Amino acid sequence: MADQKRDTKLLDELEKGPWPSFVKEIKNASKTSPVCDDLLGQLELSYEEKKGHWKHGGIVGVMGYGGGVIGRYSDVPEQFPQVAHFHTMRVNQPSGWFYTSGSLRTLCDIWERHGSGLTNMHGSTGDIVFLGTKTDELEPCFKELGEAGFDLGGSGSCMRTPSACAGMARCEWACYDTLKMCNDVTHQYQDELHRPPFPYKFKFKFSGCPNDCVASIARSDMSVIGTWKDEIQQDDAEVAAYAAAGMDIQNDVCANCPSKCMKWDGKKLSIDNHECVRCMHCINVMPKALRPGKERGATILIGAKAPIVQGALLASVLVPFVPADELMDTLKELVSRVWEFWDEYGKNRERIGELIQRVGMSNFLDAIGLDPIPQMVTAPRDNPYIFFKGEE
Amino acid sequence: MPTLELNGKAYVVDEDGFLEDPTVWNEDVAKDFAGIEGITDLTEEHWKMINYLRNYYLQFGIAPMIRKLCKETGFPLNKVYELFPSGPAKGACKLAGLPKPTGCV
Ligand code: SF4
Ligand code: SF4
Repeated sequence: MADQKRDTKLLDELEKGPWPSFVKEIKNASKTSPVCDDLLGQLELSYEEKKGHWKHGGIVGVMGYGGGVIGRYSDVPEQFPQVAHFHTMRVNQPSGWFYTSGSLRTLCDIWERHGSGLTNMHGSTGDIVFLGTKTDELEPCFKELGEAGFDLGGSGSCMRTPSACAGMARCEWACYDTLKMCNDVTHQYQDELHRPPFPYKFKFKFSGCPNDCVASIARSDMSVIGTWKDEIQQDDAEVAAYAAAGMDIQNDVCANCPSKCMKWDGKKLSIDNHECVRCMHCINVMPKALRPGKERGATILIGAKAPIVQGALLASVLVPFVPADELMDTLKELVSRVWEFWDEYGKNRERIGELIQRVGMSNFLDAIGLDPIPQMVTAPRDNPYIFFKGEE
Repeated sequence: MPTLELNGKAYVVDEDGFLEDPTVWNEDVAKDFAGIEGITDLTEEHWKMINYLRNYYLQFGIAPMIRKLCKETGFPLNKVYELFPSGPAKGACKLAGLPKPTGCV
């Protein structure tokens, strides 16, 4: 970089190799953004000293909202004055991350006017992340975002910005309209998104089929995954075409079926749909020959989280199948009961999954008024939880 | 530490404008800080919240959880934001002279 003032020996290592490099990107941005030099300087110092130089837990925000901005301050502001304040703004992404090039330009222009110009597309919750601005710029930036049709996302103990896979807009496997669900849920729970009311964060993620492209089963407190109830749709002519083209159906399809419910006799593929666990493997391998059934809907799962305060958890099935057209109503009813219970019994910074572990699944189900059924498992054909009460 | 000049008084605050020393709090602090948190007039309802937070803090040394605060003041969360537009943590706690609440990001 021509006008690079600092010596960034350690950071330069991160520019080597064929992969993308955030150091390269920040150096590039330093041509237009004055904060980048100080940002790299502070980071280099952190690498030298093996110590972070951001202070934890600033409280800044915009009027009317209790979240969406994360305060960051440097603990060496005299040395790096440009990053003395370096707040992050989270911006609610469009469902499925669909943008026009115009809207991306608008976002970047707003951020160059009011912040460092550096973005992270996207954060792990799904938001557009604007990195680095000063307290005075928050309100003007928020105002411009609003005028351009964008809103802040969630932060803190709130419903975090919901996210969804590309769903029906691009993907033939979608068993329900994930984009609509994500949008409807975002609008339905605006208060919970912007005004943190909960013991801790709560994430929704919507995947259209069991491929679960947004990893909802691992990374959302309430996970909605598309599935089907009837039989896999099968086109025998296309199966034959795959075989003729050299696909090893026995080994690559049948042998990898987790429930071993497929048979191939060299001519005919048969599926014992009763035993199928809807894993998507065969459909992914033979997309022209096989597709999800016609009776479509979703499974609602609860309780996943990444390892922050305690270890990671995977979600467990709460409702095995909800028809697509009943999904929003069922979700709303369920959510109101789950939140009420969590609100009443959750400890500070306890995720819903941890609360369920603490009180036990059967007490939780009792409290939200669901009867336990054998499908409430963390993996298909797994042992269900055992629900015996004293009197039974 | 930054100093905040308000109505002719100087307050030592942290970078987010919270009082460095919670013991210097008195009612004038709330009155002086109200303007920067978007409040024009401190009404009886504001004082109800401020006094609740103050007493809770003096008793337990921390800020209450949101649901407790709503339950015990009788203000639904939306009402809290009407009274304190910058929210319970940033607005109400600051006026009540609590140290900056630590939450998750
Ligand atoms: S989760 Fe399924 S429906 Fe959604 S994009 Fe992935 S494959 Fe398609
Ligand atoms: S979806 Fe999975 S379980 Fe079902 S038949 Fe195909 S490979 Fe087997």
